[in-house]
Amino acid sequence: MSIEVVSPGLCTTVQDMGRYGYQQHGVNVGGAMDTPAVQIANMLVGNQRDAAVLELTIKGPTLLFQKDMLIAICGGDFSPTINKKLVKSNRAVWVRRGSILQFSHAKQGCRAYLSVAGGWDVPIVMGSRSTNLRAGFGGLAGRMLQAGDRLGHNPQSPFSSYLAKQLEQKARDHAFSYTDWFIPSSYFAHSQERGVRVIRGDQFDDFTAESRQSFFEQAFQVSPQSDRMGYRLTGPTLALTSSLELISAAVTMGTIQVPPAGQPIILMADRQTIGGYPKIGYVATVDLPIIAQLRPGETIRFQEISLHDAQRALHERERTMNEIKLGMELTVGWR
Amino acid sequence: MKNYEFSPLGDSGVIVKLGDVIVQRTHEIVVMFTDYLQENPFPGMMEIVPGFTTVAVYYDPIILAQQSLHELMPYESVLAILDQMFQELTVTRKAQPRLVEIPVCYGGSLGPDLDIVAQQNSLTREEVIAIHSSAGYLVYMIGFAPGFPYLGGMDERLATPRRSSPRLSIPKGSVGIGGSQTGIYSIETPGGWQIIGRTPLSLFQPNESQPSLLRAGDKVCFRPISEQEYEYEVGKKVFP
Repeated sequence: MSIEVVSPGLCTTVQDMGRYGYQQHGVNVGGAMDTPAVQIANMLVGNQRDAAVLELTIKGPTLLFQKDMLIAICGGDFSPTINKKLVKSNRAVWVRRGSILQFSHAKQGCRAYLSVAGGWDVPIVMGSRSTNLRAGFGGLAGRMLQAGDRLGHNPQSPFSSYLAKQLEQKARDHAFSYTDWFIPSSYFAHSQERGVRVIRGDQFDDFTAESRQSFFEQAFQVSPQSDRMGYRLTGPTLALTSSLELISAAVTMGTIQVPPAGQPIILMADRQTIGGYPKIGYVATVDLPIIAQLRPGETIRFQEISLHDAQRALHERERTMNEIKLGMELTVGWR
Repeated sequence: MKNYEFSPLGDSGVIVKLGDVIVQRTHEIVVMFTDYLQENPFPGMMEIVPGFTTVAVYYDPIILAQQSLHELMPYESVLAILDQMFQELTVTRKAQPRLVEIPVCYGGSLGPDLDIVAQQNSLTREEVIAIHSSAGYLVYMIGFAPGFPYLGGMDERLATPRRSSPRLSIPKGSVGIGGSQTGIYSIETPGGWQIIGRTPLSLFQPNESQPSLLRAGDKVCFRPISEQEYEYEVGKKVFP
């Protein structure tokens, strides 16, 4: 084993990029909420982008290292410390055995990700290591981490070992050390100031002109009843021109559905596979991390994007990811 | 095949609409198209989700963008691929439905709402059991929860409103009636349906290659069993 959970935090789970191929069995995709943060956290420690990480929510855990390890922290800012000394995010960190990594409350964002070289080692269920909290499988025993849990990691890549050795030397007699280079926070969701981009949904035109206008012009607030399944928003009431009887069909991450009360819900990672409410829009995949990092009480605005531009932006992000990987390997001297 | 419509499901999916009403004919086309895609996946296809009248096709826009020869956007590429498939597809092929028998212990502590369903519909308990277990049901789709089947075909004489306040926890395997629908709770979950019995079968087994016992297109029937039989079947699973 490699870590022991001293205190678990509010909702700390093992997640990866999600469980695909089983929605026709009613099994939701799940997976991390802020996937680019996960991919970067994994690249930083020399993993495949889709390795399993820990997802921290609002209040983070305290973890005891039982061996020397290479880790990275990305996503929201939980003021992490190792043996009470502040540790920086968005870079590779080497940690000595016996150290204690402690996360506080989220100062910025809502979720942080802790990757480890090799990836956290839990059994693969239906092709994924993600925790399905509702059905109670995947991850660590299908549940959130608890005090006393122990978690190991898979064998690390040659690149991870190379990086770990560099940082171990740099640490000398200190408890930890990290790289001088890092991924600028502009690559992460919370630094983006503009509106959340939304593609029109199937029933967009069935809403009143006033509703359509206020949807894009007014602010919505994230309600406290928001979780990994969906974000409930409060704001202007969105009304249909006439009531619709829809036949339930597939819904996806980012689907903005509007129940009869007129307050929209954005479906997130733990969404059901099928839904029947009118869909006013879909959050563009590239902007889903912004939603994932919103805390209850915070506000958002929507702005329209075409399907073409949403797909183009996704392609652009993929290019950035590849650049990060290449840049990192060059900087460390691996290539 | 000619009667289909496409609409985007966000930027990584497309909904293929194959009909406007929930009828068996449309359902058969949904199942047939689902099977066809399953057997003939295209590069970048992520997964297929059959619904009542639709089939959702999830794809990876990055892979589609890399595959595209004609500078098509990923969405248009997928539509072109699906259009091609529909040209090759004929509706003559009819999948042979699988028949699945679900043993159910009706009433008692396993089916606490059997009396309510009987009273609401002026039937005896025995009549409710006889009507519920003599019909054949069609699995339209799996959703709501892992392994949860949306069943069609319940006799209207059993229709009963949902409970005014839902139970916080319904044991898995519970067989319920909600309005004019019947179904089986596949995992322990909160729910508002009237519970008339319970099956010892596991409808959802995360560690099996087919995690859901049922799939869209299956025919289902219920067979009444005694409490002893129920206990025996449950015990068998614990001590194989």
